[in-house]
Amino acid sequence: MVRFILSKLLYLVPTFLGITIIAFSFVRILPGDPVLLMAGERGVTPERHAELTAQLGYDKHVVLQYFDFLGRLLQGDLGNSLVTKKPVLTEFLALFPATVELGLCAIIIATVIGVPVGVLAAIKRGSWFDQVSMTTALVGFSMPIFWWGLLLIIFFSGILGWTPVSGRISLMYFFPDVTGFMLIDSLISGQSGAFRSAISHLILPSVVLATIPLAVIARQTRSAMLEVMGEDYVRTARAKGMPASRVIGIHALRNAMIPVITTIGLQIGVLMAGAILTETIFSWPGIGKWMIDSISRRDYPVVQSGLLLIAGLVMLVNLLVDLTYGLINPRIRNK
Amino acid sequence: MKHLPVLASALTMALAAQVAEAKTFVYCSEASPEGFDPSPYTAGGTFDASAHPVYNRLTEFKKGTTEVEPGLAESWEVSEDGLEYTFHLRKGVKWHSSDKFTPSREFNADDVIFSFERQGKADHPWHQYIAGITYEYYTSMAMPELIKSIEKVDDYTVKFTLNTPEAPFLANIAMPFASIVSKEYADTLDAAGTKEDLNNAPIGTGPFKFVAYQKDAVIRYQKNPDYWGPAPLIDDLVFAITPDAAVRLQKLKAGECHLMPYPAPADIEAIKADSNLKLDEQAGLNVGYLAYNTTMAPFDNPKVRKALNMAINKQAIVDAVFQGAAEPAKNPIPPTMWSYNDAIQDDPYDPEAAKKMLEEEGVTDLSMKIWAMPVQRPYMPNARRTAELMQEDLSKIGVSVEIVSYEWGEYLSKSMEPGRDGAVILGWTGDNGDPDNFLSVLLSCDSAGEGGANRAFWCNEEFSKLLKDAKVTADPAERTALYEQAQVIFKDQAPWFTIAHSTQYVPMSAKVSGFVMSPLGDFTFETVDIAE
Amino acid sequence: MSDATVKLSDAAIRRRMLAEFWFYFSQNRGAVLGLVVFLLLVLVAVCASLLAPHDPTMQYRDALLVPPVWEDGGRAGFILGTDAVGRDMLSRLIFGAQYSLFIGIVVVSIALVGGIVIGLIAGFFGGWVDTVIMRVMDVILAFPSLLLALVLVAVLGPGLTNAMIAIAIVYQPHFARLTRAAVMSEMKREYVTAARVAGAGNLRLMFRTILPNCLAPLIVQATLSFSSAVLDAAALGFLGMGAQPPAPEWGTMLAEAREFILRAWWVVTFPGLAILISVLAINLMGDGLRDALDPKLKRS
Repeated sequence: MVRFILSKLLYLVPTFLGITIIAFSFVRILPGDPVLLMAGERGVTPERHAELTAQLGYDKHVVLQYFDFLGRLLQGDLGNSLVTKKPVLTEFLALFPATVELGLCAIIIATVIGVPVGVLAAIKRGSWFDQVSMTTALVGFSMPIFWWGLLLIIFFSGILGWTPVSGRISLMYFFPDVTGFMLIDSLISGQSGAFRSAISHLILPSVVLATIPLAVIARQTRSAMLEVMGEDYVRTARAKGMPASRVIGIHALRNAMIPVITTIGLQIGVLMAGAILTETIFSWPGIGKWMIDSISRRDYPVVQSGLLLIAGLVMLVNLLVDLTYGLINPRIRNK
Repeated sequence: MKHLPVLASALTMALAAQVAEAKTFVYCSEASPEGFDPSPYTAGGTFDASAHPVYNRLTEFKKGTTEVEPGLAESWEVSEDGLEYTFHLRKGVKWHSSDKFTPSREFNADDVIFSFERQGKADHPWHQYIAGITYEYYTSMAMPELIKSIEKVDDYTVKFTLNTPEAPFLANIAMPFASIVSKEYADTLDAAGTKEDLNNAPIGTGPFKFVAYQKDAVIRYQKNPDYWGPAPLIDDLVFAITPDAAVRLQKLKAGECHLMPYPAPADIEAIKADSNLKLDEQAGLNVGYLAYNTTMAPFDNPKVRKALNMAINKQAIVDAVFQGAAEPAKNPIPPTMWSYNDAIQDDPYDPEAAKKMLEEEGVTDLSMKIWAMPVQRPYMPNARRTAELMQEDLSKIGVSVEIVSYEWGEYLSKSMEPGRDGAVILGWTGDNGDPDNFLSVLLSCDSAGEGGANRAFWCNEEFSKLLKDAKVTADPAERTALYEQAQVIFKDQAPWFTIAHSTQYVPMSAKVSGFVMSPLGDFTFETVDIAE
Repeated sequence: MSDATVKLSDAAIRRRMLAEFWFYFSQNRGAVLGLVVFLLLVLVAVCASLLAPHDPTMQYRDALLVPPVWEDGGRAGFILGTDAVGRDMLSRLIFGAQYSLFIGIVVVSIALVGGIVIGLIAGFFGGWVDTVIMRVMDVILAFPSLLLALVLVAVLGPGLTNAMIAIAIVYQPHFARLTRAAVMSEMKREYVTAARVAGAGNLRLMFRTILPNCLAPLIVQATLSFSSAVLDAAALGFLGMGAQPPAPEWGTMLAEAREFILRAWWVVTFPGLAILISVLAINLMGDGLRDALDPKLKRS
């Protein structure tokens, strides 16, 4: 097992190097000049421009800049934001919990609803439940979530007034950051109503973010179940007179879960992309919105290191999925 | 012993959150502050979160005006030649305290000198207290060239010596970048090795104490009980950062905040109709314009520019783009600014006459580019839409228009490249309420070159001379006359199509009283109150 | 083994396969519905200038934000109302169909061709060529697609063309991987060895012998990418990085409409609905295609 993990990790090294090159070079060829953006409508004299560029280290040769970047990266220094002048890592860590909280909630919603719906649809193949749920899933899968979010805001916040429009918790509540997760912190704080408030703020964004993963998981679970139920051993078990519930529970479900877990794991990329849109719509203070803002402000270090952190994260989760897969399925491990 | 303040402040925080009687005022702000040290930054949203609640300056803008009044300096004298400014500082001004810092002394001359020198002197230990920091406002207001020396005469007297007389100096030092920070706090941070806290956990003399900032979400302040000015009427001030205008309005309607900046023009009518809300309005200190390239044929001909100006339906732009929330502009400076020349007549909208004028100048089959900026600014809610309207209007007099746009940074630099092809939509928001801050920056010969902001590349000797004279004239009446004359030349030469001065709207809950709109676009809350 | 006989039997097989494919495809009601909607969409896009009651960029200054005809204040001339500068919503939506189809076709073509070539090369040559190529694909796939597309568009400059290129680049690894996998399994088959022995060149082997046998998964992936491309292009437009106004691209229309969310529901609702319906139709078709082409599912 250790060898399996090590070989997987080793495999990631060149990929990660590739990621650093992409993150670095993309950002460096972005048109637009951060110095000019800082000056705004006012303009900046050529001397001052040169001075500021030198101060930011953008006057050196690009290759040198890359090795600078890599060197500092190895020391854990991701650079400072041009706008706030603060370390990128500090900013990332301040915003990351918000995105994780949103993403986790979304994936929980998607799994808790998606898996049972998929299983049920497979068992009752061809029934009205199967048809309705799979049609709904396809609609969800086709959903432009930025529009979906706007619709939900219009309806639930605008017309019904049930949910708050944006933010993570009502401003009435103020407690120190312990974990960065609003749901946990609000519970720790012991302030009455805080947890409820946090939930009500979280619900719409996580529903929006969960939409596509939910559809994917439901569809994937259904087809995985169908496939497994068609396998010989399940048929054999059935033929032997094993009760249907046991067949499904023990054999089919467990084997069908392997591709489903992979699917869930692979949703992280989808979630990150969705987070960009969801956070923009709900003014959710997370890293998706941070990236968008930083791209439009040409905050080079943030875009560069943000890309790196996000890609690294996706890689890490994929690795975990791989490992879980290996755990469940020894055949892969030993290959 | 050392832990006592921590405990105490934690306690007051807890109390503040639980005691219902504490008046909490929530402001749905538009942008996250870049940091809490006002000097290195340039965004209005940053100043609203730092300079205005937390800090004071030697001089201040009188609330609701662009007039200068005493701040941390109680009074001042200016020498005959206009080169020496002696400030007498206010006594008994207390610095804020926090769980990490307890001030041992009150505000004095050392703080003033520290605050300016850290920005002006490149070798000052605090000049680069964060790597890569720059003092853009200090530089762009020409303070390094202007200030010769700053001397401490005694603990409560400071003398500034200038290199040249500068009429707007007193207004300049009332700007946020000139906020006075505590030298003692800086020294404490230096000793603790946490210099960057000057930017993270500000200590000031202002009406509100900084409590906490949750990145991109919430900033919390507490009333400063020892404030030297009139005490704030609210106990807690909260900024709920909400970048989206529609969302801000939703929150305001839902009672989640009491006041918001920059409503979408489309929502103004609905806000006016809502009895739970009220709306303050004021002409903003800004101008949106279309700058021709006056160095390129046929736009080097003032008559051609004038003809184009007459072909564009300004009122239609005000209606469709600003949704009526603007005043059509005839001058380059806004009507709320002193020396605005109201006697000037705007060019009439007359496509027929415009067409004839173009023919007279021998211009036929003209095709041109109009640059539309990619971002929304206070002076221009939607440049693309504006350009589209202009395109249609101009097509009616046989001028074909191609609309181009670039990424914002590129837009700013490319639009200043000599030989630029096309007319540029852009605008300006005033920094200090002085006409010089519009006219010199945007239209003088000096700013027509590299590094300037004169995007018409318009250089009129007579016009520039008037501005130069005005800058060294101390007498306001004389200055007014000079600026009024400059506006006449501007209108005659038409380097721009002046679009509009957008109206600033501030929607707030009907329970809010005492809010004063600032012509400079600042949001300050020491005078607001909320009815229960 | 003469060429002529091979061709003949090929054609016959193809005809039979097609008939079989259509049989399975038409079994799936959803797929047929999707196909019908999709064809309608194509029709609307092709005949846009005939169908649209107004010029999509014509601004009626006296008709700003007119609600749809069935609402109070609606006008017969503007069935679905007008936007903030008085442009007819219906006409803009109709012309928007052109954009969406165009985006889908261009993105899929670029990604498909690029992916096939790259995948063929990797799978055919194997060894270090394969390793390098697949590592590069891994790197691209490590980034969330929309984020990478966003940064790419920022690099290339906002606009429809660049958005399409960016999305195509992001999608291309999927095709490359599929092709490579298919090629690698096909390479072991006898017919390839036979062709090789018969003296077929590399190019001929790659494109004439192997490729046609790997098409099924690629077609399924292509439909999937088509709908994702429409969605992602709309998302980029929504974030201000895709098609630029006044182009009546649906995502861009939504972005422009956002400030009216509380005041004029129709400018927000219709463009999104248009996106949803077209993406849904394509996905329905895609499901049908997959079922019809995938022999494994066919059996069950």
